[in-house]
Amino acid sequence: MAVAIHINHVKKQYDDNVVIHDLSTDIKPGELFTLLGPSGCGKTTLLRMIAGFISIEAGTILFDEKVINDVPVHKRNIGMVFQSYAIFPNMTVYRNVEYGLKNKKLSKEEIKKRMEEILRIVQLTEYKDRYPNQLSGGQQQRVALARAFVVQPQVLLMDEPLSNLDAKLRLEMRAVISGIQKKLGITTVYVTHDQEEALAMSDRIAVMNNGDIYQCDVPERIYSRPYNTFVANFIGSSSMIDGVVTSSNDVTGIRLATGMEIVMQNVVPLEIGRKVIVSIRPEEFVIVPEGKGKKGVVKLKQFLGRNIKYEIQFEDGTEIEVCSDTNSTERIYESGEDIYITVNTKRINVFDSESKRTLIEGVQSNV
Amino acid sequence: MFKRKGRGFLQGYRIDFWDVITLISMIFFGLFLIYPVSRLVVNAFQTKGAIGEISIGNFIKFFSKPYYRNAVLNSVKVTFFATMLTIFIGVTLAYITTNFKIKAVKVINVLIIISMFSPPFIGAYSWILMLGRAGVITVFFQNVFGITLPTIYGFNGILLVFTLNLFPYIYMYTKGALKKVDKSLGEAAESLGDHGIKKVIKVSLPLITPTILAGAAIVFLRAFADYGTPRLIGEGYIVMPVLVYNEWLSETGSNAFFASAVAFIMMIIAVVVFLLQMHFSRKNYNMSMLNPPEPKKLKGIGNILAHVFVYFVTTLSILPTIYITIISFKNYKGSIMIDGYSLTNYVLVWAKAKSSIVNTFKFGITAIIVIVLLGTMFAYVTVRKRNPFSRSLDACVQLPYVIPGTIYGLMLLISYNSGLIVLTGTATIIIIAYIIRRMPYTVRSSASILRQINPNIEEASLSLGYSSLPTFFKVTMPVMIPGIVSGAILSWITVIQELSSTLMLYTGKTSTMSTAIFQEVNRSSYGTASALATILKIVMISSLLLFFKLTGNADVDM
Repeated sequence: MAVAIHINHVKKQYDDNVVIHDLSTDIKPGELFTLLGPSGCGKTTLLRMIAGFISIEAGTILFDEKVINDVPVHKRNIGMVFQSYAIFPNMTVYRNVEYGLKNKKLSKEEIKKRMEEILRIVQLTEYKDRYPNQLSGGQQQRVALARAFVVQPQVLLMDEPLSNLDAKLRLEMRAVISGIQKKLGITTVYVTHDQEEALAMSDRIAVMNNGDIYQCDVPERIYSRPYNTFVANFIGSSSMIDGVVTSSNDVTGIRLATGMEIVMQNVVPLEIGRKVIVSIRPEEFVIVPEGKGKKGVVKLKQFLGRNIKYEIQFEDGTEIEVCSDTNSTERIYESGEDIYITVNTKRINVFDSESKRTLIEGVQSNV
Repeated sequence: MFKRKGRGFLQGYRIDFWDVITLISMIFFGLFLIYPVSRLVVNAFQTKGAIGEISIGNFIKFFSKPYYRNAVLNSVKVTFFATMLTIFIGVTLAYITTNFKIKAVKVINVLIIISMFSPPFIGAYSWILMLGRAGVITVFFQNVFGITLPTIYGFNGILLVFTLNLFPYIYMYTKGALKKVDKSLGEAAESLGDHGIKKVIKVSLPLITPTILAGAAIVFLRAFADYGTPRLIGEGYIVMPVLVYNEWLSETGSNAFFASAVAFIMMIIAVVVFLLQMHFSRKNYNMSMLNPPEPKKLKGIGNILAHVFVYFVTTLSILPTIYITIISFKNYKGSIMIDGYSLTNYVLVWAKAKSSIVNTFKFGITAIIVIVLLGTMFAYVTVRKRNPFSRSLDACVQLPYVIPGTIYGLMLLISYNSGLIVLTGTATIIIIAYIIRRMPYTVRSSASILRQINPNIEEASLSLGYSSLPTFFKVTMPVMIPGIVSGAILSWITVIQELSSTLMLYTGKTSTMSTAIFQEVNRSSYGTASALATILKIVMISSLLLFFKLTGNADVDM
């Protein structure tokens, strides 16, 4: 039932402006595949090429074995959910959801059965006779979801479906979407710029920038082993510190600009003197007793409940962000106080300062 | 949709429903706009004596004779003063009614809109009956006070009729813009030390200037193009549309070439005014409407003056309509009014001019159906399909704004008098004139509502398996309905009163209410003329009330 989507060397350009140069990726049957990236990275363009709203200048897109480049939108058997919901303002909830079904030669009983089922799943049964302007944002988005799901499309395409909702509703709708998606097993391409949403919902994520996919992997790998500095920066916040390789035996020694010396066990062999960038997330710094780490000064303290966030400046001027777990912390530092810091080297990432690519062994971009 | 651009033109190209519509629009405007315009231009550069040779003989003739030169001067003079007066009255009125509490302001609004949609030539005719040589008011002043009022004929009369008929445009435009000037802007100005009139001049006026200019351009173009008013009330004061008509139907033999040349000069002036307006109202301020201004209650003498001004202007503008309605029930003996009231005039109209009433509805309804169907689809192409074709279509839709009715009538006549397609004297040619001239209203209102509709809803329909044609009729068009209906009603109101091009195109069989009124006035059959005019006004006002009911407020969004 579920189809695979193959994207082979596609290109998109508007007049002389090339938006996507040469992009390839494969989406597995039934998975929720997320295109994640900043605005203007080409993620929505790619989605709209899959949908058929815009043309493909070169390369091919296939649903299973079938090339769909020249198949018009209305024959692609897709479901699409828009950021603006795009529900028909002149139709009731029921008519909206039924709209696509009426076009498929189905019996009245079948239509009725499917309608009842989908309205129950999205919890809109009692709202079925309302018009869109009588619904809340969350309810409107449920209508849009139901309308896309009910036709049982081959492929479901979602363009930032949650970004118009408030924070609480967004969390709730994440669960609704992944729930239905898993239940019906429809291959889904999901576009978002919200990294947390992507990490929470996706089977796999493709991180995009400048019309290219930089890395494509499961959420855990994207988060813990970013392929380049862009991905490291985009997913979560990291302190990027310049460093230089000082020793290279079984293990690799790196001296950071802050003066810290770290020893890495999982990097590829590097020559002494090689310049690198070390990316360290706030929770990968460790606060240690006086004298056991590098000395810094607390510039700012923010108590966030479960965590405490510090902005710390080292003697060379480098500023870092450190996050410490309230439960396991010995004491709370105030701004102006001295603080001693080391690094959890098993978790941090090292990048080449020229190519910006990872130097951690075995990490692939999968592009 | 263009597919696979890189692999050679048209390879893999799918013909879309909208490509067909674009093609239809090209043929339509090509036949009935571009071709007639070019025929006129070609005609203008030929003389009667040497057909087929390019010559500027017509223009030399035109500028060498004071009679012709004066027509240009007259036209520009009366149009310019009318525009200035309408700006003064319209802006003042709009400022007073948006900022101060005026009693019965809604009624005032409706009356002003009614006078805006009244054909000016009926106004002219009514003023003649009141202030003309034998007019009631003239006679009254003569007999009671022994005062001879200044003559209504010529420049004064044209100016009076134009001003009263056209100030509503400025009023509506300015009012719309003033409503969008955030109240807090004025408050900010006051906090910075600008009060009263200084505040108005420094803050409000610059913000609404582009809008006033846009309104002024419309007023100018309408006054410049109007044939009926100067023809009835102008007497010796010859303006350009009258000149074109006279040259075309001259007693000494029609001269299509010279008439074309005069028309060409008119069009150049109209286009220049239009372009100037475009240039100066480029700066369109995007204003928020968070705090629309609230009318305040004025006190003392200011309050009295404001009310007197508003009521006086409104009374003047609605007076012709009221007077025409009253005298339509008067008894007449020939062209002389006699005592007593009855329905005689209406009975006479039914006997004499029934066909013109039927024709008005027949032509009007046919034109409106075509206007709605084509207009909405053309609007769709211009808004949603951005390509060179849609841009030239957009230009074609706008072009009729600057072509005076008399000129457009002339173009159609010289284009379809002979040759492959002969339309002269048919109902079709009149309906075509209505469609071309009045479609812009529908296209504009449809386009503006279309811009507010998120294209995503159409894409949603496509993704659910409907191709572009059913998507348009099932989703887009139903959502556009309010805009389409209001645009269609405005088109309808202007279609049923169309005079200038109909006068050029009609024959005995295809006469309409407006041409019938015009002819009755010419024959001095004032009774039947006023009865017909009243019928026309009733149709117009009921259409307008329907419009108000459908749009939910007593305003016309220009």
